[in-house]
Amino acid sequence: MVENRPFLKLLSHLVLILGVVIVAFPVYVAFIASTHKTTDFITGVMPVLPGSDFLATYKTVLFSGLAAAGAPPIGMMLGNSLIMALAISIGKIVISILSAYAIVYFRFPFRQLAFWIIFVTLMLPVEVRIVPTFKVVADLGMLNSYAGLSIPLIASATATFLFRQFFLTVPDELLEAARVDGAGPLKFFKDILLPLSRTNIAALFVILFIYGWNQYLWPLIVTTDSEHYTIVMGIKRMSDVTDAEPQWNLVMAVAILAMLPPVLVVIFMQRLFVKGLVETEK
Amino acid sequence: MQTKRTIFNSKILPYWLILPQLAVTLIFFVWPACQAVWQSFLREDAFGTSTQFVGFDNYVAITQDSSYLNALIVTVIFSVAVATVSIVLALVLAVAANSLLKSRSLYTTLLVWPYAVAPAVAGVLFWFMFNPTIGLIPYLLKGLGYHWDDRLNGTDAMILVVLAASWKQISYNFLFFLAGLQSIPKALIEAAAIDGAGPVKRFRDIVFPLLSPTTFFLLVVNVVYTMFDTFAVIHATTQGGPNQATNILVYKVFTDGFIGLDLGSSAAQSVVLMVIVIALTFIQFRFVERNVQY
Amino acid sequence: MAAIDIKGVGKTYVGNVNAVSDISIAIADGEFIVLVGPSGCGKSTLLRMVAGLERITDGTVSIGGRVVNEIEPAERDIAMVFQNYALYPHMSVYDNLAYGLKNRGTPKAEIDARVAEAARMLELQPYLERKPRALSGGQRQRVAMGRAIVRKPAAFLFDEPLSNLDAKLRVTMRGEIKQLQKRLGTTSIYVTHDQLEAMTLADRLVVLNGGRIEQIGAPLQVYHHPASTFVASFIGSPAMNLLKANVANGVISIGDGETGLRAGLPDGPVTLGARAEDLRLSDSGVGMPFTLAFVEDLGAQRLLHGHCAGQSVVVAVSPDLPLPSELRLAIASDRLHFFTADTGKRIEAASL
Repeated sequence: MVENRPFLKLLSHLVLILGVVIVAFPVYVAFIASTHKTTDFITGVMPVLPGSDFLATYKTVLFSGLAAAGAPPIGMMLGNSLIMALAISIGKIVISILSAYAIVYFRFPFRQLAFWIIFVTLMLPVEVRIVPTFKVVADLGMLNSYAGLSIPLIASATATFLFRQFFLTVPDELLEAARVDGAGPLKFFKDILLPLSRTNIAALFVILFIYGWNQYLWPLIVTTDSEHYTIVMGIKRMSDVTDAEPQWNLVMAVAILAMLPPVLVVIFMQRLFVKGLVETEK
Repeated sequence: MQTKRTIFNSKILPYWLILPQLAVTLIFFVWPACQAVWQSFLREDAFGTSTQFVGFDNYVAITQDSSYLNALIVTVIFSVAVATVSIVLALVLAVAANSLLKSRSLYTTLLVWPYAVAPAVAGVLFWFMFNPTIGLIPYLLKGLGYHWDDRLNGTDAMILVVLAASWKQISYNFLFFLAGLQSIPKALIEAAAIDGAGPVKRFRDIVFPLLSPTTFFLLVVNVVYTMFDTFAVIHATTQGGPNQATNILVYKVFTDGFIGLDLGSSAAQSVVLMVIVIALTFIQFRFVERNVQY
Repeated sequence: MAAIDIKGVGKTYVGNVNAVSDISIAIADGEFIVLVGPSGCGKSTLLRMVAGLERITDGTVSIGGRVVNEIEPAERDIAMVFQNYALYPHMSVYDNLAYGLKNRGTPKAEIDARVAEAARMLELQPYLERKPRALSGGQRQRVAMGRAIVRKPAAFLFDEPLSNLDAKLRVTMRGEIKQLQKRLGTTSIYVTHDQLEAMTLADRLVVLNGGRIEQIGAPLQVYHHPASTFVASFIGSPAMNLLKANVANGVISIGDGETGLRAGLPDGPVTLGARAEDLRLSDSGVGMPFTLAFVEDLGAQRLLHGHCAGQSVVVAVSPDLPLPSELRLAIASDRLHFFTADTGKRIEAASL
């Protein structure tokens, strides 16, 4: 900073601490709730200090499931979420890097048209075309399957653009040197371009994993049998108990478990996460 | 369109490379979108036995539908509120964090993780915290003499979803503001300081104007976010209620299509939404292009 | 080892832009050819056509007697050194050198031997495990050279390989390239815009301008007998003085003044060329009057910048020479060059 003003520094700290507290508060409340018994929520106000049932609550949700709430064991939902998130993020990266490679390193008829068709996906979030997309998936017999959960979401214009931008910054001479060195298109892709894209792939993976993990509407409508429930949509089914207050301690435990994997990914891969976020939106 | 100076001469290979993406795009994006457009000109009878081409009737119908107009107004209020709350808070936090050299990255870590929380989960957390019978916030508000009930009071419900949606968006805006602040050349700030501008004046005259591209960009992104990604927030909390007070457009498309089974109207609403996204995307791209030039 | 024959080669880009037209050069086995010219003269395009990185639209290129127009770069048996080196950033020096050999299915032992040999020649042994980003500019340049050497190709193609180095290193590397090429005896084509580099390296120079050949010849022949005003001003530093002159009855005059010089040329306007070091200060009171504008002392020589009859002239003199107050220039008539006033082509004057 230009000048040293202790007061401003202190103010900055205060503002940030307040911000951190506000941001963390809902999660704190949820965590506290998950350490209490179901009966603690029947009357009065929710507790603000930790209870003693931490282990019991998490044991229940992880292993016995919430038969009472009509939901499968959480372990299974976590597994489904993981499969969906990985399928979406890896699928998006694979098809995007291949198509970006085609668009940048080849010239072929209809290249422009193909580029525009991919571009269009940027403008069509799943929410706006939900009914017809559901119909297509149903007609293809993909309801209640991992394919149905992931494939319709893996087309991504942003990932394609990111790779295209990156490929355009790779010096032309590298391709020329590789051609003189006897590398064909596939060898060049495998030996040169892919290793060079490592950071971009990792950064994109972090963002897309979060995107995939947090899908809600899509799993909600394409899965009707509980074997394919994902955790994020499962919470909703769980807190939707007719004619009764939900078992808040269990619901909150599930919420904590549902947010844990992507939050840990963000915290431990912060640098990649920031890079991925800032560059995909450029 | 840009390519490399040297390219591969393969004739067939590029088609294989682009095929997977193109196939997914055509089957799951372009085809359904075309279906939506086609569907929007049709009307099905209640049993789905006969369909009839009705031209623009569905569009005319939605413009005269008071619940649609209500959804439009709700969407605008919701978007503006979320964008304002999350942008203002994020800017304050980013400016504070940017002024601290040593602890900047620690605060960043502590502030960015909500980005990773699913909107649906964020909704459930706030739903719980604001629960009228056992929630902490209503309890505190009661102490202040306010009776909170988001299940009956439309304003309360709107405040609830705005807070839940903003909470998640602050981290995103924070990161972009921080990046924007760090790209402002230090020499400019120093020059202003030498010219006798204090911290407040420097922010108002130098920093904020230079951040305006970032702010504009975030405004567009936040509007897109509140229009589509917040579906889960609404669905996990108020479900559009009470009395349609939080029934945003994208939620209405879903309920009319899946629950109301009014496919023609739902499709027409989808098409209107697509037009809005396309417009916003173009605004965003114009901005990006302008941004690239300097 | 192979001769390279470039016959009537031209390059037309989409929209009928001619980058290169009608170039023919017969390059002997083992010869070091330098393509030199200002930027945009087509020298790189020509090199890239030989390499196979650019399609040839007219004419043929043969390497070792085989027409290679339709042959992939990798099959042309050439190696290329790029201006920015184009080292694979994620591979070690060893892998950079070995990549081309691996792609050709060379046995591992053979690769090891060849890489070791190249590394020894280029003094790269200590760096084989390093990544390119951990090397200095000069070392990277050597790796780029090494990548060409290990392949033992029929020809080396150099695309301004030294222009990213600082001046001092450039001179050192220039010497190394020259020695290496002599030792390996590999046919080489070298592209540069630096005339000094071209002069020092080439067995034969090819001076290009606007996509056409201005002159082909040994460096000294080009220097002493430039085929055109373009070559005269491009090759040699300081550039050759070119003056608008007139010939009447065999007597040359510049502006209003006669020069006292004679030439066996028909009457009419002509461009007169004189190298700065061929001009002398005349002490006898005869010769062209010269107005001095400023002096550049380079140590070994002193450059006098000034005018003769309103046209700028540079004279190189010994730094020890005292400058008289009134300067007149003289030159031996066999050191004069003549070019047509309109096309700038060289005219050989009949000896008098």
